[in-house]
Amino acid sequence: MELIIFYLAAVVAVGGGLMMIMQRNPVASVLYLIVTLVAIAVMFVQLNAVFVGALLIIVYAGAILVLFLFVIMLLNLRGEKFAEKRTRLDRPTRIILAVAFILELLAMFKQVAFPGRMDELMVQASPDFGGARPVAELLYTKYLFPFELTSILLLVAIVGAVVMARRDEKDKKRGI
Amino acid sequence: MTATEFAIISSIKVVVVVLAVLTGCAYATWLERKLVGHFQHRIGPNLAGPFGLLQPIADAIKLIFKEDIVPDNAERVTYALAPILMFIPAMLNFAVVPFGDTVTLFGHKIDMVVSDLNIGILFVFAVTSLGVYGIVLAGWSSGSKYSLLGGIRSSAQMISYEVAYGLSIMGVLVIAQTFSLNELVAQQASVWHWFIFRQPVGFVIYVICAIAETNRSPFDLPEAESELVAGYHTEYSSMRFAMFYIGEYANMISVSCVATTLFLGGWQGPFLPPVVWFVIKVIFFMSVYIWIRATLPRLRYDQLMYLGWKVLFPLALLNVMVTSLIVLL
Repeated sequence: MELIIFYLAAVVAVGGGLMMIMQRNPVASVLYLIVTLVAIAVMFVQLNAVFVGALLIIVYAGAILVLFLFVIMLLNLRGEKFAEKRTRLDRPTRIILAVAFILELLAMFKQVAFPGRMDELMVQASPDFGGARPVAELLYTKYLFPFELTSILLLVAIVGAVVMARRDEKDKKRGI
Repeated sequence: MTATEFAIISSIKVVVVVLAVLTGCAYATWLERKLVGHFQHRIGPNLAGPFGLLQPIADAIKLIFKEDIVPDNAERVTYALAPILMFIPAMLNFAVVPFGDTVTLFGHKIDMVVSDLNIGILFVFAVTSLGVYGIVLAGWSSGSKYSLLGGIRSSAQMISYEVAYGLSIMGVLVIAQTFSLNELVAQQASVWHWFIFRQPVGFVIYVICAIAETNRSPFDLPEAESELVAGYHTEYSSMRFAMFYIGEYANMISVSCVATTLFLGGWQGPFLPPVVWFVIKVIFFMSVYIWIRATLPRLRYDQLMYLGWKVLFPLALLNVMVTSLIVLL
């Protein structure tokens, strides 16, 4: 039963990811990305990391992707238009990225595909792995510095966005 | 309990809960029309059955027989998908709500909850946060300016209030040290342990944000009829419209259920059986909802954003900080 659910979730996740990049319509892309995220959350739940799975849905599916949709709706992107813009650097960049990606995949397969190697790589996780307490403990001890750095980065991004979006004094006087 | 037994009992529970919630939604509309009627010195529906009790059934039959209209410049797939995306998360919420204590029926011990997740409250918030997609996509796919504006307003509103909404219950979770709804109910055994008395600020913020999250008056800007016709569901008709309607009421009920479980002691109460207590508390909460709707005028958009970001959000943060400090000391 667990295996069936895992394979279902895996197929949905990979299929959703593929469909996401193959869509011309940006709204459909976002929807497929949500499908992928939910499938990945299912896998986390299966690994007993229920807390991580719930966070994935709350933060990514529930907040970040809503903002994506919001922007797409505000700009009224209906596909087609922005698929045609190509620059001279497009082709080489694509080839380099694709080759790098394939090499990465091959390296991954080499790691796991040999019999017996898998057991070596897998570590027995503690039973409450991925729960609220262990995640919080790691976040506030071992990874405290990167965690705070990330928050500062986000703060800078927010302040930057506000500054860029602020209206000029001239506009204010004209009451726009 | 064997696997088959578990499967059978769970299926029965799911069917019972879904039927109960749908009936609850139908009679929530009746309660609303009746109460608002009396608030405005009218009688409300009183012709279909005694006290108008058959009115929801008449409404349902009417909606089923209406023509299903799809606008010409709608995005067909998304247009069909949106009501489903609104309806399903609204129903999923009830999977983790504990309706009562464990009872013994035909020699089986049955928990009065479909699934006792140990991250129950996080599940509720995860599912609630998915509910916004139905509204956004409905607004976007209808191909109508009123729908689009309604959808944009609603998504902005729900994102803004979700922050304070999530923070408002953190106080309770910090005190209780658990995510499990069953455990939260167990910790509120006596009235003085109800979290409404230990977290009054959190409760008030929760109620305000819950009204905003469910797009109800006075925060019903997404469907402000004087400006936007009916907002995101302007173009919907027949059963698709009904699904939005049921979704909205199911959301109201689920928010009331969560409020009952978190702040009002869940199914705990003297003399009467637990399920009855639970239903009484939920109906009380729904009545407050309707009372607020009948009393307060709609907010302006900038007032809404001001309240969400500059009043509720800092207040909720402060509440979490103070509560954590007290718990820590």
